[in-house]
Amino acid sequence: MPIAETKISIRGLTKQFMVHGRTFDALSEVDLDVCAGEFFCIVGPSGCGKTTLLRIVAGLEESTAGTIKVNSSGGGAKGKADRPVNSMVFQEQSIFPWMTVRDNVAFGLKAQGLSKQSRYEIANAYIEKVGLHGFADALPHQLSGGMKQRVSIARAFATDPEILLMDEPFAALDEQTKLILQDELVDIWEGTQKTVIYVTHSIDEAIVLADRILVMSARPGKIKEIVDVAAVFDRPRHVQTVKSSKEFGGLFGHIWELLRNEVIATETANAGA
Amino acid sequence: MTAGEKPWMTQKTFERTISFFSPFIILGLWESASELGWIDTRFFPAPSAIFTETGKMIQSGELWRHVAISLQRILIGYTLGAVPGVLMGLAIGLSGTIRAFVQPLVDATFPIPKIAILPLFIMMFGLGEESKYAIIAVAVIYLVMINTAAGVKNIPRIYFDVGKNFHASRRMMFFDVALPGALPLIMAGLKLGMGVALLVIVSAEFVGAKSGIGYLIWSSWQVFQVEQMYVGLLVSALLGFGSAILLNYLERVLIPWNR
Repeated sequence: MPIAETKISIRGLTKQFMVHGRTFDALSEVDLDVCAGEFFCIVGPSGCGKTTLLRIVAGLEESTAGTIKVNSSGGGAKGKADRPVNSMVFQEQSIFPWMTVRDNVAFGLKAQGLSKQSRYEIANAYIEKVGLHGFADALPHQLSGGMKQRVSIARAFATDPEILLMDEPFAALDEQTKLILQDELVDIWEGTQKTVIYVTHSIDEAIVLADRILVMSARPGKIKEIVDVAAVFDRPRHVQTVKSSKEFGGLFGHIWELLRNEVIATETANAGA
Repeated sequence: MTAGEKPWMTQKTFERTISFFSPFIILGLWESASELGWIDTRFFPAPSAIFTETGKMIQSGELWRHVAISLQRILIGYTLGAVPGVLMGLAIGLSGTIRAFVQPLVDATFPIPKIAILPLFIMMFGLGEESKYAIIAVAVIYLVMINTAAGVKNIPRIYFDVGKNFHASRRMMFFDVALPGALPLIMAGLKLGMGVALLVIVSAEFVGAKSGIGYLIWSSWQVFQVEQMYVGLLVSALLGFGSAILLNYLERVLIPWNR
C-alpha cells in the first residue's frame, strides 16, 4: 500500500457509560490513524465498543475524553459546503419504510438542499449502481433484506461523503447474499477510493474487505493489534479469489488467535454479571 | 390435501357467504316473530315498520335535517379536535420539556368522561352549535394527542440517527421522519376519535339540542314513537359504519407501508 496521508486521527478516545449508577468503560485510550482512501475494518468481541467508536466518529455520540481529527478536503468541520464528511450505513434496517427507494436514496441529498430534479438524478444513478434497476418506486416492505441494505448503501454513497462508516451492514443477511453484497461493495468502493471504517464481528468479512484490520480487546475496548491485509491481497479484489487462496487461512488463523481469548473473556464477564 | 376432488366452495367463501346472509336471516326471524306476536312490538317493531317509517322520514325531509346537522357538528368538532391533537401530540412526542409540562395535566383530566363537561360548555357557549363543537373537539383531542405522542415515541431511534448523520434540518426531521413515522398510530387515534365523536354527539343531542340524531332518538322516546327511535339507531349505525370505511380507506392511501 502506498504511504497515504492520514484521514482520521483518533487520540486518547475514551467512552464511559453510566449503568445503574456504575461506570463502565466502553472504550479506553484508543489511538488510531486511518489513512485516506483506506478500507479499514474493526473486529472485536461483542460489547467491545466497536460500534460505539463508529458512532462517535459519526457524531451520533459524544466521547468522554479524547479527540478525533478529520483531515477534510474542504467544507469545514460539518462538511456543510457541498458534501458531508461522513455517511453511515447502519446495522439493522435503517431505510425509511414510508419512502420509496428513490426518496430513501435521495434523503441525504435533500438534507444538503439539492433540488428535487438533481437529487433524483443522482439517486437514480446510484440505484442502478447497486443493482436495483426497476425498483426506484418500490416501498421497502416490497424488498428483500439484501435489497434493503443495497438501498442503505446507495443512500450513503449518494451524498459522496469523504468517509463511509459501516456498522455490520450485512450481519442480518444470509451467507450467500452476504457474499454477493461484499463483492459488490468492494466493486463500488474500488471505483471511488473513499475512506471506509467498517465494523464487523465476522473475521471472514474483514479479511475479504479490508486493507487493514483493527482487532479490539474485550471491554474496555482497546487496540489489540492492527493486521495488514493489503500486504497480502492486492486490489482489485474478488471475494471468491480471496476466500479460496492459501493466505486466507493463515490470516484467519492469526486473527482468531488474537480474538479467541477476548471472546472467552467477554463470555465469562457476561456470565459473572 | 387430496389433489383430485375440489370442494364446491372453499372455507373462506363459505364463511363470507354466511356473513353476508346472517343479517337477513336475523331480520327475517325478527319480522316473523313480530308478525306472529312472539315479541312485544312496542319495544321491537317489525323491521318492515321501521323501513316504512324510514321511507316516510326521508320523503318528508325530516331525517335528512337531523342527519345533516349531526354530520355538520361531527365534522366541525372533529376537525377542531383532530388537527390540534396531532400537532400537540407531535410536540409532546418530540420535546421532553413539553411532555413534562403537559403530561400531568393530561393524566389528571383524561379520566373525566367527556360528556360530563357538557353542562359547563352549555354554560360557556350556550345551547347553540358551539357547545356541540366544543364537546366533540375535547373528546377527540385527547385520543388523537395521546396516540400521536405514543406514535412519535415508538419510532425506532435509528431513523433519527439516520437523519442526524445526514444533517437533516429540523424541518426534515419533522416532516420526513417524525410525522410519517408516527402516522400509523396517528391513524389509530383518528379512528378512536371518530368513534368517540359519534358517541359524544348523540349523547349531547339527547339533552342539549333541538335537532340531530340524538335528539331524534330522545324525542321519539318521549312521545313513544318507537319506530322513529329505531330509525335514529339505524342511522347512527350507518354513520359509524360509513366513517369506519372512510378512515380505513384513508389509512390504506396514507400508510401503504403499514398494510
